[in-house]
Amino acid sequence: MLLSDSNNSAPNNQSTPNKLTSYPAILATNLAKSVGEGDNIIEILRNLNLEVTQGESVAIVGSSGSGKSTLLGLLAGLDNPSSGSVTVEGVPFSGLDEDARAAVRGKLMGFVFQSFQLLSTMTALENVMLPLQLANRRDAKQIAAETLAKVGLADRLTHYPKQLSGGEQQRVAIARAFAPQPAILFADEPTGNLDIATGERIIELLFSLNQASNSTLILVTHDEKLARRCERVLTLRDGQLHAS
Amino acid sequence: MQVNSLKLAFNQLLAQYKSGDLRVLLLALVLAVSSITAVNFFTYRISAHLNSQGGLLLGGDSVVISDHPIAAKWVDAAKRQALKTTQTLEFASMAIVGEKNQLAEIKALSAGFPLRGDLEVKSSEKAVTQSVQKIPNKGEIWVEPRLANALNIKVGDKIELGASQLKVAALLTREPSRGGDMFSFAPRLMMNSDDVPATELVQFGSRVKYQLLVAGEPAKVAQFSADITPLLQRGERVEDVKSARPEIKSALDKADIFLNLSALVSVILTIVAMLLASQPFVARAQETAGLLRCFGASTANIQAVMIWQVLLLAIVGGVIGCALGFVLQQSLAYFAGQLFLESLPKASLVPIFTGLGLSVSLLLALLLPHIWALKTLPTHRILRQEFTVNVTSFWQRLLPIGVVVIGLILLLAKSFKLAAAFLGGIVGISLLTGFLALVLAKLLLKINFANTNISQSIAFGLANLNRRLGLSITQIIGFSLGAMVLILLMLLKNDLLSAWQSSMPIDAPNRFVINIQANQVLALKSFASDNGISNPQVFAMIRGRLTAINHHAITPETFESERAKRLVAREFNLSSASEMQDDNKLLQGRWWDADEASKPYLSIEEGIADALNIKLNDVLEYDIAGSKISLTVMSIRKVSWDSMRANFFAVTPPETLKTYPSSFMTALYLPKQSDNALNKLVQQFPNFTVIDVASLMAQVREVMQKMQLAISVVFGFCIAAGLAVLYAALIATRAARIQESALLRVLGASRGQVTISMLTEFACIGTVAAIVATCFASGLAYYLSRFVLDIAYQFNWGLAAQSLILAFVLVPLAAWLVIRSYLNVPPKQLLNSI
Repeated sequence: MLLSDSNNSAPNNQSTPNKLTSYPAILATNLAKSVGEGDNIIEILRNLNLEVTQGESVAIVGSSGSGKSTLLGLLAGLDNPSSGSVTVEGVPFSGLDEDARAAVRGKLMGFVFQSFQLLSTMTALENVMLPLQLANRRDAKQIAAETLAKVGLADRLTHYPKQLSGGEQQRVAIARAFAPQPAILFADEPTGNLDIATGERIIELLFSLNQASNSTLILVTHDEKLARRCERVLTLRDGQLHAS
Repeated sequence: MQVNSLKLAFNQLLAQYKSGDLRVLLLALVLAVSSITAVNFFTYRISAHLNSQGGLLLGGDSVVISDHPIAAKWVDAAKRQALKTTQTLEFASMAIVGEKNQLAEIKALSAGFPLRGDLEVKSSEKAVTQSVQKIPNKGEIWVEPRLANALNIKVGDKIELGASQLKVAALLTREPSRGGDMFSFAPRLMMNSDDVPATELVQFGSRVKYQLLVAGEPAKVAQFSADITPLLQRGERVEDVKSARPEIKSALDKADIFLNLSALVSVILTIVAMLLASQPFVARAQETAGLLRCFGASTANIQAVMIWQVLLLAIVGGVIGCALGFVLQQSLAYFAGQLFLESLPKASLVPIFTGLGLSVSLLLALLLPHIWALKTLPTHRILRQEFTVNVTSFWQRLLPIGVVVIGLILLLAKSFKLAAAFLGGIVGISLLTGFLALVLAKLLLKINFANTNISQSIAFGLANLNRRLGLSITQIIGFSLGAMVLILLMLLKNDLLSAWQSSMPIDAPNRFVINIQANQVLALKSFASDNGISNPQVFAMIRGRLTAINHHAITPETFESERAKRLVAREFNLSSASEMQDDNKLLQGRWWDADEASKPYLSIEEGIADALNIKLNDVLEYDIAGSKISLTVMSIRKVSWDSMRANFFAVTPPETLKTYPSSFMTALYLPKQSDNALNKLVQQFPNFTVIDVASLMAQVREVMQKMQLAISVVFGFCIAAGLAVLYAALIATRAARIQESALLRVLGASRGQVTISMLTEFACIGTVAAIVATCFASGLAYYLSRFVLDIAYQFNWGLAAQSLILAFVLVPLAAWLVIRSYLNVPPKQLLNSI
């Protein structure tokens, strides 16, 4: 068994993320993705290789349309590569079917999206509880409330997304991502929809939580300043990653 | 990952409800279930009530008629179904007072008579009429005023009946059971059946009609009839109000069809509303599924959560809908009960199960295709915010709900013709409206509004039809369907009511005069004109017995059915005419020409033709007063039994039977206060027999009036349900409208401009929908009137114009009402809240 078995029934306030192995957190080998058919094939990624060690923070930068989000989707198992493979904690991730990949995501991964992706019908607390409920955590409510308190939203638990500002919504999304203690956190342009000041506060929050939980961070952004906060910055150009 | 799907589904559903997103779908579902259950509850009770109203004309819901004493096994069969029973016997005998005597139709009653309706009696000619629900005491009789006059007696006098002397205790003014036999020539005398043996009138071989009347729950009465019908012996038959009174059968059948149609209409309206109201729920389900997948839920987990949500929603909606439906129909029943001045029969529990089953099947059929398709929802779309994608094909989406709709239509229509017409209408209108909306959109695309004088707000509204083509088409189809079924119902209601009113106008003939001799016809006509009676139509009556069909001799034994046996055993009234009566309809063959006035031709009524298996061109041989005549069937006619006019089963050309002995008959309308004219007629023509059908007509008219009321009440309910569900459908697209109006205002549009743009868009949607709906509703109404309800149809220009104007005004007005409160909210606030 390569993956940790988190204790699903007992309260889990430990700050150690869900990991145990000595394998790279993410290993992408000869990864390629193309779309279209016949003469209209567009190659988005070509023979891309990437190794991310556990606890490392990596920023992937590149111009709009360079394929950053596509790469993130492949690394997180949200999409299938045209060729090549991805392993997560030593597990050949891209060879699994959709349900098996979803199970790995549930165990190991957290997500922060550019557009927050909060469910508008749920309160801040219910949104953060969602991944914990999926993991059958009996203490979902307690953990969600504590995590929201950590992001400074202790007094916003019963607010709906539409009653929150953009910065507050992204803080809820960050709380939702960190609440299940993921080993790997994927962040897709987390400040893309925020003003500079709010964006900076969100960056601080993201990195401090990441540091505290010692999780692996893979960040997609076109914001150089944000990228420099990571231990390693890679530029996606012509379908391949280049060290900056 | 093992997920507690039920818990998660419950939490999400609760969250969606609290946020307000689910309310429209839940409202539409509750309305669907409540309107269908209420209409079902109510139509069940109304038709049970109408049947028992019809039963007033028989004195019971069903009657076993026999030429020998009623067999005990039939009484036992009725008791097994827990039906109320009573027995009567009828025979003709002379009533004698001193030197005077008069043939009377004697009816001997047992305790419990009448099971339906009541008797009306009075103590003297001028006394007030009283309703009673009892029978004459032993030793007493009740007599019709006609008999009292003929014998010159009053209440308290004694009449000699066979070996008995019986005291007249009351004058009988109305009896419920008279309706079963219109041509009862002699006046009525009612007595207690215990007195019959003492009269010694009923002997072996006497012609006596024995009757067993039963009444109870409609299903049990039907079961009783079904149980005993195959076991009936010779001389026995079962009649209910439908077989006894053709005009009531026809009116009841039509009322039934209309009520079924009303239930169908409520189904269509509510499903249209649910289709529209489910769109936000589907979008939300896709959004949630994408996120759940990101968080590690498997496809099975996600589908389980969604199915639980649907089931929970269906149960909640079903329970609330059924409860509301029950309350609604109770209120309706209370209201109708007041109208009918009688309580309706008890409601059945069946509609509750129907309601719950309906709720689950409707919601599953509507949402299951989307839930099924979630497994193919590409997860990576979450990174591009593309949740609301059409992952189901057109057929996948519509097939399950289509099957449920077809099932419901077949179940509720109870008639293949009605179901087929309704389905055809729905499919036709959906295709045509979709096509028209596409054409309109293409036309709008070609107009360069910048070069026209049209206000930019209106131009924006028109262009919106194109921008949201899918939504516009869906809405136009939804509104057209809703409008079509409502207009259809309105057209049929008007046609049906006017058909009933015209079938029995207030001046319809209420006296039949028979035994008129050929040399008295002119004198009768001049008598009528002298006494202010409109010129009576006189019909020849020639009595003949049918002896052979296609040269094969027939006897009652030739036939199996009781009706055929009776028809052959008795004499027919043949008549002759140069023109077919205008309320008859030629089904097969042709009517004779003027130069065929003396040809041996015959036109026969379809019911008789069916019973005796007579076909066109068959040769029928009649024995008329000892002479034989062969007549060829030239046509088969449908006779409108709705009317109380004189009608004949068999008619020949005018000269064909001229040499045979004949008498004549006519039908007259005499107002209530014209006893004088009637007396003069009888004095002037003592050989005439006058048959009074005024009280029977009053009873039939009363039943029909109640049916009209019932139909109007159910129609009103459907209209209310229709408006409510269409309003719910409008609310379903509110969020998109509000977002757009907020955006327009951010971009500098005034509230007025936003309002005009929206009103323009909806006026277009409403008008297109109304035009198509009116055309289709008229076509369907024509078909249903002509081929299902069998009533006259006339295109209703007034209603068409009203529908157009109403749609042009009401649809935009309703849309405006839905979002008007948001027009005053600052756009920033609105955009934040979306």
